[in-house]
Order: sequence, then C-alpha cells, then structure tokens
Amino acid sequence: MLGKTANGLFWMFRYLERAENTARLLDAGLRMALTRDVISAEEEWRSVIQASGQADAYRAKHGTYTGIQVWNHILRDGDNPGSVREMMRQVRTNARLVRNAISGELWSVVNESWMQIDGVLARPVGQGAVGEVIALVRRAGTLAHGAMVNSMLRDAGFNFANAGTFVERADNTARILDMKYYLLLPSLSYVGTTLDSGQWDQVLRSVSGDRAYRWLNAGQADSRGIVEFLVTDERFPRSLAFSHMMLRANLKSLAKMHGGEGESSRLIEKSCEMLGELTIERVFDLGLHEFLTGFMRDNADIARAIADDYRFLR
Amino acid sequence: MNGPSDNFDEMRDPAGAVRPAYAGYAQWFDEQDRGWLRRKDREAENVFRRTGITFNVYSEQEAEERLIPFDMVPRIVSAGEWRKLTKGIEQRVRALNAFIHDLYHRQEIIRAGRVPERLLRNNEAWLPEMVGFTPPGGVYTHIVGIDLVRTGPNDFFVLEDNARTPSGVSYMLENRETMMAMFPELFTRVGVETVSDYPRKLARSLAACAPPKCEGKPRVAVLTPGIYNSAYYEHAFLADQMGAELVEGGDLRVIDGRVAMRTTGGYVPVDVLYRRVDDDFLDPLSFNPDSMLGVPGIMDVYRSGGITIANAPGTGIADDKAIYSFMPEIVEFYTGEKPLLPNVETFRCADPDSLKYVLDNLAELVVKEVHGSGGYGMLVGPTATRREIALFRRKLEAKPENYIAQPTLALSTCPVFTRKGLSPRHVDLRPFVLVSPDGVEITPGGLTRVALKKGSLVVNSSQGGGTKDTWVLKD
Repeated sequence: MLGKTANGLFWMFRYLERAENTARLLDAGLRMALTRDVISAEEEWRSVIQASGQADAYRAKHGTYTGIQVWNHILRDGDNPGSVREMMRQVRTNARLVRNAISGELWSVVNESWMQIDGVLARPVGQGAVGEVIALVRRAGTLAHGAMVNSMLRDAGFNFANAGTFVERADNTARILDMKYYLLLPSLSYVGTTLDSGQWDQVLRSVSGDRAYRWLNAGQADSRGIVEFLVTDERFPRSLAFSHMMLRANLKSLAKMHGGEGESSRLIEKSCEMLGELTIERVFDLGLHEFLTGFMRDNADIARAIADDYRFLR
Repeated sequence: MNGPSDNFDEMRDPAGAVRPAYAGYAQWFDEQDRGWLRRKDREAENVFRRTGITFNVYSEQEAEERLIPFDMVPRIVSAGEWRKLTKGIEQRVRALNAFIHDLYHRQEIIRAGRVPERLLRNNEAWLPEMVGFTPPGGVYTHIVGIDLVRTGPNDFFVLEDNARTPSGVSYMLENRETMMAMFPELFTRVGVETVSDYPRKLARSLAACAPPKCEGKPRVAVLTPGIYNSAYYEHAFLADQMGAELVEGGDLRVIDGRVAMRTTGGYVPVDVLYRRVDDDFLDPLSFNPDSMLGVPGIMDVYRSGGITIANAPGTGIADDKAIYSFMPEIVEFYTGEKPLLPNVETFRCADPDSLKYVLDNLAELVVKEVHGSGGYGMLVGPTATRREIALFRRKLEAKPENYIAQPTLALSTCPVFTRKGLSPRHVDLRPFVLVSPDGVEITPGGLTRVALKKGSLVVNSSQGGGTKDTWVLKD
C-alpha cells in the first residue's frame, strides 16, 4: 500500500472519529443546559467549547456562551477549521483520495453522509433542528464503521483506518475527562465522595458511556468509579485502555505484515503496559490533569511514530 | 442552419418509423408509464451524485464538483454498423502507431513528400527525447479515443483522434451500470454487448507492454495530477477497477534506474505507468522544470527500459489538428489501403488558397485552433454573431497556420428524454481502443456525448453537453 494511501485512511478515520465525538459532546452539553439555570448553562457551554479544543477561535468571535451560538460555531462556522462540517468534508476528501483502497460501500455511505450533513449545515441550525443534526453526524460514524467492518479487505488499509480511529478516540476521551478533572478529582479527599449527578452524567454522556456505567455500577457514581471506567476499563469501547488495546492489536498486525516492529510498536507496548498496571491512586499521585496531559502527549507521539514507520509523508 | 428535423435521426426515419436498431427499445419505451419514467430520470441524477461520479470545475471563487448530465435514452448501434466501424477504427489506430514510430525514426513519410516537414518543426507535441527510441512492445498509443460523427445511414466520419490521454471511459462504464440498475428488464429484452470488462482488458493490455527490466508480474500504477484534477474521479475509478495503485508525482522517485513508489514497506518499482498527466509535466528534468506533477528523471528510466509509460510521451504529435488533415494520406501510406473511415473535409488555413476560401465562408464553417481542445477557441460560423465572426477573422488573419476549418456537419440526432417526451439532439461517439503487442481491442460501446440544448452542435461537457449509455446490439 502507498504511504500516501495509509495516511489518507488514517486521517479519514481520525476526522470521522473527531466529528462523531464532537457531536456526542454537543449532545451532552445540550442535555445539560436544558436541565440547568441560565448561569450554569453558560458555564456548561463554555466547557463544551473548551473540550472541543476551539476556545480561542470562539472567543475571537463571541463574548457570550449561548447554546445556539456555541453549537453553530462547533457545527458549521465558516471561520472554524475544526467545525463538524469541515471535519466531515475532510473525511470525504480523504475518502476520495483513497478511493481505490476502500470498498464501494464505504465510499458511498461516506459520500451520502457528507451530502446530507453539508446540506443541513448550509444554513444556521436552530433549536428545533440541532438534535437531528447531531443524530445525523453520529449516524455517519456508525454507518461508515459498519460498512468498513462488513465490506473491507482485512489488509493493511483496514489496520491504518482502525489506527486512526483509536488514536483519535484515546485523545478525545482524555480531553473530555480533562474538561472536568477539577470536578472529578480536585484532591484525594474527593475519592469516594458522591459527585454532582449532573456533572458526571455529562461526562459519561459525552462518551456515550452513561448506560454502560450505570449497568456496571448499579447507578452509584463516584470519582473513582468514573475515572476507572474511562481510563482503565478494557470493556468500555471509548476508554483509554480499550482504545490503546485496539491500537496495539492493529499495530501488531501491521508490524507482522511489514516484517518488523518500529518505534510505534515500542511506544504502544509501553503505553499498554502502563495502563495495565495503573491504579487510581497512581493517577491521583500524578494528578488527574497531569496524567491526562501526559497521556495525550504520548498518544500524539504514537501517531507521529506511525506516520514515520509507515512512510505516510516521506 | 439545419434544424434537427433535416438531420439524420438515428431512432426514426424521415417518415417517423422506428429504425430496426431501436425497435426493441421503442417498444419497451411505449409500454412505460410517463410519470414513472420521469421519476426514473430524477433517480438517475441521485445515483450519480451518491456514487460521486463528478468532474471538478474551478471558478474564481471555489472548486465545485459537477455532474455531467446523463440522458436515459440509450444511443444504439447495430451489430452490422459496429463491425464496419471497428474495421475502420482498427485500420486508423494501426496507422497512427506506425506513423508515430516513423516520425521518431526514419521519417519515411516526410521523405516521401506525403506530409510536410514544417508540421514537425515548432510543434510543441514533438519530443526530441523520443527520437530513435522504441517504446516497450512497439506500442505508442495504448489507449486511443476516436471521436466519430454521423451524417447519414452509412456516413460516419472521424472528427478527432485522441492519442494522448483520452478521457471519458468511466462514463461509458458507469452509464451502463446506472442503466442496468434502473431498467433491468430492458436488458433482458434487448441483447446488448457488455462493456464492463474494459478495466480488465486495460490491465491486461498494459501488462503486455511491460518494460525489459520488469521482473515477475508487471506492477501497474495510474498516475494522476491529484484529487483536484477535473478527471480525478476517472483516475481513481480505473485504478480501483484494475486493482492498480493510484499514484501522484510525490509518491514516485527514481531509485537504482527504476521508477519506484513509496509504499508503507519502502520503495517498490513500478513497471507500467498509465499516466493521466500531460507530457509537459511528466519529467521536470526533461520538460517543464516547474512541474510538481511528474517524476524527475523518469525519461531516462524510460529510455533505458526501466518503465513503460502509457501513452508514450510524444504521441500528441499524431492528434494535432493540423496532422489530422493528413490522416487519409497517413492511413494509405502505412496500410497500403484506402481509409475505411473518412475524415471530415478540412481546410488548412496555412495554405493560402484554403485561407481565402475560409475567410470568404466564415459564416458557414467551423474553425478550430490547431492545438485546442474541449471546444474552446473555436468558431461555429452558423451560430456565431456578426461581431464574433469579425473578431475571429482578425485572429485568423494574424496567425492562419494556427487554424483549420471544416464545413458545419449535419450531425445525426438521437432522442433525449425531456419533460414533454422524446426530443432529438445532436450526438457524437467516442469508442475506446486498446493497443498492445497482442493486437487492437475495441470495446463494443463508447462514450456518446449529446448536446442538450436543442439545435446545439457542441457536445463538450465543459459547454453543457451530456452523455448517454451507448449500446452495441448483439448479432
């Protein structure tokens, strides 16, 4: 496979994952804002912007944090290169670039999703439509992954696509946790205390983990439980441990196909080993924020190493 | 100007009776509900959009992907007509290859005085780098598109030979797929020759031209200028259908006397490069030094047998419009036979007598730039305004050797589906021809381009033309 093609697949799925996670984040914010008073709703929208990584761009244009302003910025603002519309355009552009490395089924769901999303995001999104738009974006992710699993050849391309998905997912989950770290674990004395149910509900919803968490924990929520669930629980498909476990499996398969392990293999082994031994006390010793920052940095290093090992660009 | 009613209509004779080739289709058509057909017509557009069969158009503001309008009434050619056409096309394509070989070797045809030497001098399509070199398998034009027009029951003319990088074959294939998906029962009632094995034939034909240094199974790659090229869809489509890599200049590099592509496992040599990049951009070391689309040093590799480039560099010399006017002589010179397919009568404006005739009859003629393509830079006398003709006259007088002129042909028509039912529109036809050391293969079908504006003679997609599925009937 061409290095350029591997790069295209990797980024196609990174952008898809990011768009989908951004939609989840908005969804959670929307729900939160509806159940709060005006002042705390503003605060929620501010944290949504923060977690989406678009705080600076937003502040440059707006002084207040109203829902309609925030979701239009995140979904479709023409000056926002990280808008969902722009990310979906990137998904489609990369899909065109790797058109001969993906199945026709995958291409057509991506193309159709883009046409729909581009259509609804051509105009400002009002209160009545925002839920539908979010659902459309999430469905785009589900359809693409379904088409991929059902129809794509299990060769290197499949692994590069998955690598993109899980690098991005690990980053996004860490980012969402980081947005609320001060609420989840400001100090060790918080371990074991019961949290504001709205706050933890939002974090879980942002990663579509609210139901799974309730199922596993019979409705009990504390910092330890949530941090463990999102960081170390290998059963939950958006946890850091799961994301890196999957990334490791895909990198292993790539190393086997290419007859040798590179820097990316070494780094992912190290990360999985670290996550395997991780305890919540250790996270606290480091500080949750420091831990997450370090994790995101390591994750970015792995992405860079993949690009180097497999000649994405040179 | 002739209205469509005066022209040869391929579906109906002047008395309104359906011609034999269209009998099966016409019967089916009459049985269909009009409302249902109209819904199908809209559905076709959605199919194309969803599949992403688009071409890129650039305006000053932004890039835009457009659809080439598709008309759902097929253009039908009978088995007998097709047999005659293929004989003529094969003869012409063999002559083209012999001609190009001759031009880059002994130039017998010039020595014999059949083609003037001045046509080579100052011709940008002429590549000195190709002199004395024979491409692998002796093939210059691996893929040719011959543009044909029709004016009567037995009157087909060659309008243009596309010997560089003819495009449009993806429309031939996708139009058929769309037709079969929309009207499956139609294909059970009318026997139509298949076109779908074109990509397989192309892959085989390219592999048969592997260079001397190729070891093992030839590795074929399609070279595209990139995702923003107007024909990118077709490049990706063909690579996908052939199971070949789709490469850009940046993926390629000369290593150890071979052109190699950067894969995730390192650099791997390419044996046959189906390039959709013009000669000028192919090798910044040999041609345009600013080109980012090509591969520095590829011409040296080529000349030392390390890679096959399809079509060969320098083939453009044969599809120049000034050369075109000599095609009857060229065919006769290399095949020893009279051309089976005639040219459209062509006045070379470089010739003073012809120029005078052309200037005197501008309102009746079509005048084309010798190096132009895509329907740009041409004058269609009968539909031009006086002012346009006056402006063109000045250009023509300033540089007569840049132009040729042809009579306005009474192009045949074929019906298109409109809201009010069937209505005749002008069409042309581009069959696709593959050349390999094993022979010449012509896929039974082709690209039918149709002028969607009533009475218009310009079928180019860049100027509002559409396409149709082209059927060659089984015997």
